[in-house]
Amino acid sequence: MNIDSIQNGIVIDHIRAGGAMELYRLLGLGELDCPVAIIKNAPSRKLGKKDIIKIDAARDIPLDVLGFVDPDATINIIRGGVLVEKKHAGLPERIESVLRCRNPRCITSVEPGLPQIFTLANRETKTYRCIYCEARAER
Amino acid sequence: MKHLIDIRDLTQAEILELLDLADAIVADPAAYREVCRYKKLATLFFEPSTRTRLSFEAAMYELGGQVLGFSEAASSSAAKGESVADTIRVVSCYADIIAMRHPKEGAPLVGAMHAGVPIINAGDGGHNHPTQTLTDLMTIRREKGRLSDFTIGFCGDLKFGRTVHSLIAALSRCAGVRFVLVSPEELKLPSYIKKDILLEQGLPYEQTTDLHAVMPELDVLYMTRVQRERFFNEEDYLRLKDSYILTPEKLENAKAALSILHPLPRVNEIDAAIDDDPRACYFRQARNGKFVRMALILKLLELA
Repeated sequence: MNIDSIQNGIVIDHIRAGGAMELYRLLGLGELDCPVAIIKNAPSRKLGKKDIIKIDAARDIPLDVLGFVDPDATINIIRGGVLVEKKHAGLPERIESVLRCRNPRCITSVEPGLPQIFTLANRETKTYRCIYCEARAER
Repeated sequence: MKHLIDIRDLTQAEILELLDLADAIVADPAAYREVCRYKKLATLFFEPSTRTRLSFEAAMYELGGQVLGFSEAASSSAAKGESVADTIRVVSCYADIIAMRHPKEGAPLVGAMHAGVPIINAGDGGHNHPTQTLTDLMTIRREKGRLSDFTIGFCGDLKFGRTVHSLIAALSRCAGVRFVLVSPEELKLPSYIKKDILLEQGLPYEQTTDLHAVMPELDVLYMTRVQRERFFNEEDYLRLKDSYILTPEKLENAKAALSILHPLPRVNEIDAAIDDDPRACYFRQARNGKFVRMALILKLLELA
């Protein structure tokens, strides 16, 4: 299978196999008008199988959520066809405007204009909580 | 700008300072009668709660201040679809301090993000009710003479009972407190509170459905009401509402120095026959609520 190398953009690598579609949705990649490639079940020495997402556009993408969904994924920034930065997703302290609070008693359930913000409550258990009602973040 | 949204916003030293001030007001209320002259408290109650609202209003009047506000969402601009943020921005123009109750969790935090004056969370759904916690702490300290080294039993609705959650969080900072959690299976303390507070800090606790068996161990018994408004399902409410009713017989094996607290209002979970028992503290607790709210208003307005 041939997927062209990208010139300027982001490659999200080492996504656990089967996780790419969820990331595609959470990162809002469906709304981009640039080429986006999803490679599923690519062979991986480290993981056995992995997913990869290639985004051929030099624009801001809210990658914070990546650490919440798949903290082992790696982010590769490509400029002029060259890898300029490689980093692990890691767990962000704060996730904004990506997840929605599912608690029907939360103020955000009746005021949709409020920014949806979750903060890291427990690094070990990777628990995020809504800043308003403290309900646990669900994907 | 300082607000009180969650009891955890306060350090232990700040809590003790508030309780000391509340005790000082109890000892000499006349000294505080004019301290809030020309100051206005807005009580914004998007959900009715006569008791808490009256307690705040009495507190402000006793400090010489004045009160404005509404007691239900229907008589506020929220009924016209105004956001919490806008309501608070507007009321900040008219009042020096705001006490706000809202049925949705986190609404007072939204208020605090947009307020030009201090916001006090007077209860947000099943989430937080920090002035009730201050009231509870003040009552325990006045009744026991200390805020450490006792066994406290929480009985009733420990799942939706926000007063329970906040008080457990506050007492987790006090030394030598042992927690006994008494509830039906369906209304057990949420596991995240158990994990994040009790287990995380290695605090001693016991979970049971049998109040009688643990009664002799208790120094403080915190009773709660099973609240109809916290259930989406009426059948569940009817099935669980009478789970624990405290009667004189159930107190037979209790300590003579037990202190029985209840955030009120009660429905039938404490038999009226117990009201005259010196161990019943809940009406003194309601009175303490006014004093601790006076102390809080003074601190947030930086008048004490």
